[in-house]
Amino acid sequence: MSFPLLTATAALPAVGAIATAAVPAAKRTAAKWLALLVSLATLVLAIVVLVRFDPDGDRYQLTESHAWIADFGVRYELGVDGIAVALIALTALLIPFIILAGWHDADPLETGSRRWRPTQGFFALILAVEAMVILSFEATDVFLFYIFFEAMLIPMYFLIGGFGDRAHEHGEKAAATQRSYAAVKFLLYNLVGGLIMLAAVIGLYVVAGNFSLQEIAEARAGGTLDMATDTERWLFLGFFFAFAVKAPLWPLHTWLPNAMQESTAPVAVLITAVVDKVGTFAMLRFCLQLFPEASKWATPVILVLALISIIYGALLAVGQRDIKRLVAYASISHFGFIIMGIFAMTSQGQSGATLYMINHGISTAALMLVAGFLISRRGSRLIADYGGVQKVAPVLAGTFLIGSLATLSLPGLAPFVSEFLVLVGTFTRYPVIGIIATFGIVLAALYTLVLYQRTMTGPVKPAVSAMPDLRVRELVVVAPLVVLLIFLGVYPKPVTQIIDPAVKQTMSDVQKKDPQPEVEAAK
Amino acid sequence: MSATAVHSLWTNAADPIAKIDAPKIEYGQLAPTLIIVGAAIVGILIEAFVPRKSRYYAQMFVSVVALAAAFAAVVALAADGYGTTKAHIAAMGAIAVDGPALFLQGTILLAALVGLFTFAERRLDPEAHGNRVDSFAAQAASVPGSESEKAAVKAGFTTTEVFPLLMFAVTGMLIFPAANDLLTLFVALEVLSLPLYLLCALARRKRLMSQEAAVKYFLLGAFASAFTLFGIAMLYGYAGSMSYATIAQVVDGTVQDVNPALADTMGNDALLLIGAALLVMGLLFKVGAVPFHMWTPDVYQGAPTPVTGFMAAATKVAAFGALLRLLYVVLPGLRWDWRPVMWAVAIVTMLGGAIVAITQTDIKRLLAYSSIAHAGFILAGVIATTPDGVSSVLFYLAAYSFVTIGAFAVVTLVRDAGGEATHLSKWAGLGRRSPLVAAVFAVFLLAFAGIPLTSGFAGKFAVFKAAAEGGAAPLVVIGVISSAIAAFFYIRVIVLMFFSEPRPEGPTVAVPSPLTMTAIGVGVAVTVVLGVAPQYFLDLAGQAGVFVR
Repeated sequence: MSFPLLTATAALPAVGAIATAAVPAAKRTAAKWLALLVSLATLVLAIVVLVRFDPDGDRYQLTESHAWIADFGVRYELGVDGIAVALIALTALLIPFIILAGWHDADPLETGSRRWRPTQGFFALILAVEAMVILSFEATDVFLFYIFFEAMLIPMYFLIGGFGDRAHEHGEKAAATQRSYAAVKFLLYNLVGGLIMLAAVIGLYVVAGNFSLQEIAEARAGGTLDMATDTERWLFLGFFFAFAVKAPLWPLHTWLPNAMQESTAPVAVLITAVVDKVGTFAMLRFCLQLFPEASKWATPVILVLALISIIYGALLAVGQRDIKRLVAYASISHFGFIIMGIFAMTSQGQSGATLYMINHGISTAALMLVAGFLISRRGSRLIADYGGVQKVAPVLAGTFLIGSLATLSLPGLAPFVSEFLVLVGTFTRYPVIGIIATFGIVLAALYTLVLYQRTMTGPVKPAVSAMPDLRVRELVVVAPLVVLLIFLGVYPKPVTQIIDPAVKQTMSDVQKKDPQPEVEAAK
Repeated sequence: MSATAVHSLWTNAADPIAKIDAPKIEYGQLAPTLIIVGAAIVGILIEAFVPRKSRYYAQMFVSVVALAAAFAAVVALAADGYGTTKAHIAAMGAIAVDGPALFLQGTILLAALVGLFTFAERRLDPEAHGNRVDSFAAQAASVPGSESEKAAVKAGFTTTEVFPLLMFAVTGMLIFPAANDLLTLFVALEVLSLPLYLLCALARRKRLMSQEAAVKYFLLGAFASAFTLFGIAMLYGYAGSMSYATIAQVVDGTVQDVNPALADTMGNDALLLIGAALLVMGLLFKVGAVPFHMWTPDVYQGAPTPVTGFMAAATKVAAFGALLRLLYVVLPGLRWDWRPVMWAVAIVTMLGGAIVAITQTDIKRLLAYSSIAHAGFILAGVIATTPDGVSSVLFYLAAYSFVTIGAFAVVTLVRDAGGEATHLSKWAGLGRRSPLVAAVFAVFLLAFAGIPLTSGFAGKFAVFKAAAEGGAAPLVVIGVISSAIAAFFYIRVIVLMFFSEPRPEGPTVAVPSPLTMTAIGVGVAVTVVLGVAPQYFLDLAGQAGVFVR
């Protein structure tokens, strides 16, 4: 038996989480370093996975399969395709930055404050989320996936509800109430989505008799497993609902702004750049593979919802007064693009959507983490409290600008490539939707540039006049992300090389071919 | 009754006495029950003859040894194949020795053992006049607030009678799911109920509330018993027999020889339907299904918490066992009549329990309503009417009982000046004050909510899967909706413990003796093991899924 690389990649942060939690309370700094080292070691493992993965090889590689709960037809089955490999690499890449950016986010507050922030718990929970996210990218057993998809909510819930920004514009008591409101809202939305998926998971078992993604998908493709049209549609809806809550898709998105607003910036990045990706990833992996016919049936409605997400998210982002809420609505708009790309059912669309997941992760991390540094300096999340920061802290302002430009998909930065691919992919099949979606980019330019203008330019506000520039730790966080944004913007091939074969597979699952270019015959 | 019928009754009774054979009792196969009855009787003798000081230890010793021995007997019987190939009906047709019976008896015995540890806990309450005291009244007969009560407390009396009472209740519970005729069923029902009524009245603190709970439980329970008895009478009238197998045959129409004494009533479908309905009603009362659930919150709240935990776990196991046997062995021929009714009961139980729980402000009442919702989930598995359905219910019951005992054991730890602090507002900020206790309770709540990697999820998945395969897909959908509603109030408690400011005058968490720690530890261990690696236990329940007929 070969070394179980995929299990190790997930087990390492899981063990690290327990070890971090077990560090004595007084040794706070040791716990932080331990968590950071574990996350870096996980990154190394993820890179090994990336290197060992052969894009032109089998669909699922590095597979592991063990009996687990035979009575439920459940096996411990792991395997990665190109999409999963890329997302695992993204997750493993972002976690060290999240930990480093949140270095002081769980330090005890000055005496007199009654808030309680167990440092070890904060870092242990982040590692626990990492382990579960990686496992849900790796699982090729529907039940196994479901377990981690659901279980991940619990550590996330404590991260949102238990830790928040140091200062809050309405005082500590209001902050505590809003935090627990946001955490409960997050949990309930996702739990309801998950439980509805549970009904569909059970239904799938009744229909198929096992949970193996490969077996079911093969049986579906080979025609040995017939589903009644209605059954397939109901099951699809059950799965899709859960993923649409997680992703989040309008109108199931309302938990995201609350969750991102109330959590610290690194946790907000964890939500939107890492955890939410499981939702869009699962649409590609489970909805399209298991229920190809139903996916095609639902496409028009989903595209319209995605389009609403794009425009609605962008419009609301324009009107926000709170920096974090603004980024949250911008993310909703971006998730609209991702979902649109997936369901456009063209290879450009789906490649673009997958690439978009990676790029959105990096660009949101860059923007949000810098925003977090900004907020921690001034102690306010309100845009109106800032002004003229670029004169006081030019490096901070500069990196913030790059993050903003990446968010609006400036050519030359990574998100441009993916957004362009999604739009092209959509346009070739659904020109009207593609055209309307393009307005999302215009709005994105509006909200990011207005944000930059109001916070960074203009006369220096007295409250920010003594603001220090980025420290070394913060530079270490931001600089690699900026480099990556530029590199992938100029040369996205390393990523597309890995994901393209997997996307082709998915396209063949749904038996869709790219529309051929037509030349209008002269009449 | 016509004249001929009376005449034949008379002649039947006048049969020569010489024809009666000595009953054949398989003592070895009834060993688990017999050991526990024996221990209960020894317990009474201890109360009578052993000096007061040593009673506690003597009772503890006898009960623990008896429960362990009875469990060993169950395991030995199961290993000998009585659960599968050698399953048969023992004791002249009164008791079934088969897979479901042995599985449930094993579960009840283990739950009782863990429950016993919480009964025996003597470190939580502050010492009264230099004597260690447990959760039970110093002297049950003394009027609350009276001089005699004070004298009893001062003298350091403790009600060690709880141990034999527990043993008697366990006796009834062991017979209840194994009973194979209606009279045995009824006797078992009474044997398990009466000690429980008493135990409910024995709280050391809040005695009036405890006694009120006991009276409510007793009155409603007596009504339910009366209904059950009435139903049994009608079924006898219909089938002319108390035996499960014979009634089933009459229901199926395979038995034709009519008992001449009952010629007028036998085969009367009205009697069958009404009788079955009354009988099932009595059992639904015991499991706490809506609309027979009214007693649950009051009794759970008022009873001493160790009793609540034991009762919530073991009574439910026993009663669901009896219900399963009744529906699967006696009334399978009536399936098309009872399934719609049970559908309705399951739906209102799941939804009712979950919705009403949201408004609760007392942790014990909250857990009571949650137990009602869980009864609804289990009913979904009962309705499947497949062997898979049986084994899923068995698994669920095993998973649920240990979580329940563990959760109530945690409730006994959180105390303020007035004893246990059960009002939810007092639990605010518990996570900060004692992170470990709060984390353990959170694990139990997550198991109740059915979050993956806990036993609650495996159990819920098992029953829902069985229900879906048994053609009850809408029930599964309503089940997951109620789970979502239920999740809301479990989460609310977690929010309260971890994200709320602790109150300055909040409760303290008492440090328990190893007894309660064991109970809680077993609860956590079972929750995690059944959640992560349930296969062995699913196999066990799967092998035990067939009733002997």
